Amino acid sequence: MTWETVIGLEIHTQLATKSKIFSGASTAYGATPNTQACAVDLGLPGVLPVINEEVVRMAAKFGLAIGAEVAPRSVFARKNYFYPDLPKGYQISQYELPIVNEGQLQIEVDDKEKTIAITRAHLEEDAGKSLHEDFQGSSGIDLNRAGTPLLEIVSEPDMRSAKEAVAYMKKMHSLVRYLEISDGNMQEGSFRCDANVSVRPQGQKEFGTRTELKNLNSFKFIEKAINFEIERQIDVLEGGGSVTQETRLYDAEKNETRSMRTKEEANDYRYFPDPDLLPVMIESAFLEQIKTNLPELPDEKKQRFMQQYNLSLYDASTLTSSRELADYFEKTVKASNSEAKLCANWVMGDLTAFLNKNNLEITDSKVSATQLAGILRRITDKTISGKIAKQVFDAIWKGEGDDADTIIEKRGLKQVTDSSAIEKLVDEVITNNPKQLADYKGGKEKLFGFFVGQVMKASKGKANPKQVNELLKQKLL
Amino acid sequence: MPLQKEDVEKIAHLARISLSEQDIPVYTHHLSDILIFVEQMNSVDTTGITPMAHPLDAVARLRPDIVSESNQRDHFQTIAPQVEEGLYLVPKVIE
Repeated sequence: MTWETVIGLEIHTQLATKSKIFSGASTAYGATPNTQACAVDLGLPGVLPVINEEVVRMAAKFGLAIGAEVAPRSVFARKNYFYPDLPKGYQISQYELPIVNEGQLQIEVDDKEKTIAITRAHLEEDAGKSLHEDFQGSSGIDLNRAGTPLLEIVSEPDMRSAKEAVAYMKKMHSLVRYLEISDGNMQEGSFRCDANVSVRPQGQKEFGTRTELKNLNSFKFIEKAINFEIERQIDVLEGGGSVTQETRLYDAEKNETRSMRTKEEANDYRYFPDPDLLPVMIESAFLEQIKTNLPELPDEKKQRFMQQYNLSLYDASTLTSSRELADYFEKTVKASNSEAKLCANWVMGDLTAFLNKNNLEITDSKVSATQLAGILRRITDKTISGKIAKQVFDAIWKGEGDDADTIIEKRGLKQVTDSSAIEKLVDEVITNNPKQLADYKGGKEKLFGFFVGQVMKASKGKANPKQVNELLKQKLL
Repeated sequence: MPLQKEDVEKIAHLARISLSEQDIPVYTHHLSDILIFVEQMNSVDTTGITPMAHPLDAVARLRPDIVSESNQRDHFQTIAPQVEEGLYLVPKVIE
């Protein structure tokens, strides 16, 4: 039987505010335990939560960016459950009236675009952290994270493969960073995801029973966890069993998912409107002001890159995957006075390879956009070849010089364009390789490349490749 | 009575309240009385009326995003039953 996978994602993104959603305690990451947990965060008697304006602004910004209606009136509710890292015995969240209603997000998978519908996005407070090691018979509770603002973004079950789920998550990650509403730091838990996964026979209308995979905090894990879960569910069904609706935890070390608890009490959160908080009203003037200040969004930028720079969908998507990368590319184009495609190839090729190898972000690149532009300018005006340019790039990366011209000068890398000098090299190579010459004349045309290579080698890579080609063609006739 | 013994047991469990066997009928009775009282509201036609989210007809005032709280951990932890390395200690919980 052929099975179809159905995936919906819930993304929790931490909003990049200075203070908490309902209190004036700091949200800075990594502080000494419980030094950023105030009376409101601890749920001490007599305190009152007061909503942070910036949280409302950020959620509204997100709503506008996904083409959703930002609710003119939204309401906070209590979600009741007991856990030690939740001191009040309830989490303040939104239930019936979330701040952001239906919207959508475009993803690209295998060069095809697909629209994923977003059901809603609501505001809520994060819980604290429980530490289970090091305390004999006890758990240690750090409430610094309690009350940190979260935006929970819930998608429709529109994804049909782990690959689509990853594409959606990456796109959402890029969007919240473009909007500057979250730092998106996955190691610190600022951007995490739960996946609802089910399978059904191809063609069946009804959804199969789903399981929920918790706390997937890297792009690599989410793909692996979902793929494992799909296989597991298919095995269960093909073995004549049925899938239990439950929460499962992904174990990255063993690459498997494990049952956490069955969801038998799923509807027992007993949500009700929080009497401590009044409804949040958003006026159109507030929204208008946000709208005028929205940055260019990833999809708009992508479209513009395709038109303005004549780039392919793939190139444009890659270059706009983060705001910083897009800015770097545009700065390079502007400063280099070179073909956009040449700039795109260098940014996506050599530069990205160096960054990945050194585990660096674009903002930490050891070759700045201006420096790269300096290299590309010298390719464009034929001072150096593309191959030599790689040496120059490597030298700047290693700090051997501040700009391309200095390094070209210092190392004598200037391309040889003097045809008499090149001709001399060509003649030498032909004279020194009589056997290859005979074979070539005998019909082994592939040997042309051998001659080009020998001349380039003799010139230490500095001969203009185009001139070498032309001269060889004349001489080998 | 709208509530059964099992309902009360479940509500007590969700609220982590322990009830003795002999108390359960009393609570079942009291809670049912509350529900019966509130049930009278069902006779009112509420078509087209937006449910209130709060008894006061007011809207939330928004607070500027400023860090206004300082560290008072030592003060708060004087009333905690058990503390170690700045953490509040609770009976071991693990899922």
